[in-house]
Amino acid sequence: MSAANDFFKKHAVGDLLAWQHQLEAAGLFGLSIAETEEIILEGGLLPARYQRNRQTISQAGQLQLFHGQVAVIGCGGLGCYIVEKLARLGVGRIVVIDPDSFEEHNLNRQLFSSPWRLGEIKVEAALRRVADINPAVTLIPHHSAFSSENGAELLEGCRVAVDALDNIGVRMELAEVCTSLNIPLVHGAIAGWSGHVTTQFPGDATLQNIYGSGKSGKGVELSLGNPSFTPALVAAFEVAEVCKLLLGQGKPLRNRSLMIDLLNMEVHEVGI
Amino acid sequence: MQVTVKLFASFRSGRFEIETLDYPPGTTVADVADALNLTHAELGIMMINNRHVKLEQVLAEGDTLALFPLLGGG
Repeated sequence: MSAANDFFKKHAVGDLLAWQHQLEAAGLFGLSIAETEEIILEGGLLPARYQRNRQTISQAGQLQLFHGQVAVIGCGGLGCYIVEKLARLGVGRIVVIDPDSFEEHNLNRQLFSSPWRLGEIKVEAALRRVADINPAVTLIPHHSAFSSENGAELLEGCRVAVDALDNIGVRMELAEVCTSLNIPLVHGAIAGWSGHVTTQFPGDATLQNIYGSGKSGKGVELSLGNPSFTPALVAAFEVAEVCKLLLGQGKPLRNRSLMIDLLNMEVHEVGI
Repeated sequence: MQVTVKLFASFRSGRFEIETLDYPPGTTVADVADALNLTHAELGIMMINNRHVKLEQVLAEGDTLALFPLLGGG
């Protein structure tokens, strides 16, 4: 696509390419926004929307994120925030898996929910939201429940899986599927003022060590509920882990879990 | 025997953060949880002296037991 490349080079200011030119090029050259994004990044330029990602994320890193495919399992309290942050970060392909539709009890925390969207399928709300905030990102919705039966197929091609489930038994199935696919699993869980986050690498038994055997279903969130800030916080930790894994940077939470207590403002690191 | 019990997050509500308590020899993690009115279903990570343990683990003089609630929400 040398014509598009020439167009982008002509309109770049420094190495930044404004949204209006990206959109114009899509029309001129018959490209999707995702295709224009790839040409821009491959050409050493940066869509201007990512200029405040720098220098935390370099231009080359931004291309790595664009080529990343990440699965988010669950699109509720954690999942909505995770999808939002991954899309704004510029992760190129996001697979979202959830069987549910929005209900009234979701409204206190689930980012894509609103009173006007009660009954809307959650992964369809995610699709709409991502198309709105970052059209260069491809969101692949799966309106189904994750299980060990369909897991390998749903996660095919993903470099990282992110746990945003609300059920311990399904989490254990997810952990097994990730092990079989040889991909890391970023895990988060919440209840009330508390949450924890860790990353299971292939070959590690991290979730097994956290939940032990025989645990399934719900934890203390059954009685404590989930306020707005706890999922937002744990989702942020999870997305930071994903970002590091895709970029190959930093020190992930391997064999250690952060135990977060917002009521007492304490964070404890526990070996896993 | 003296055992230091550390409670985390919601387990502190109506209980304590850290206390050194007296238990008879042979006391297990499950016994401590029962005495604190913590149901086994709500117990998450349990550690003695920073090592993961199970409910049936017997405590020893001077141990520090840490109990975290089971979190499963998303």
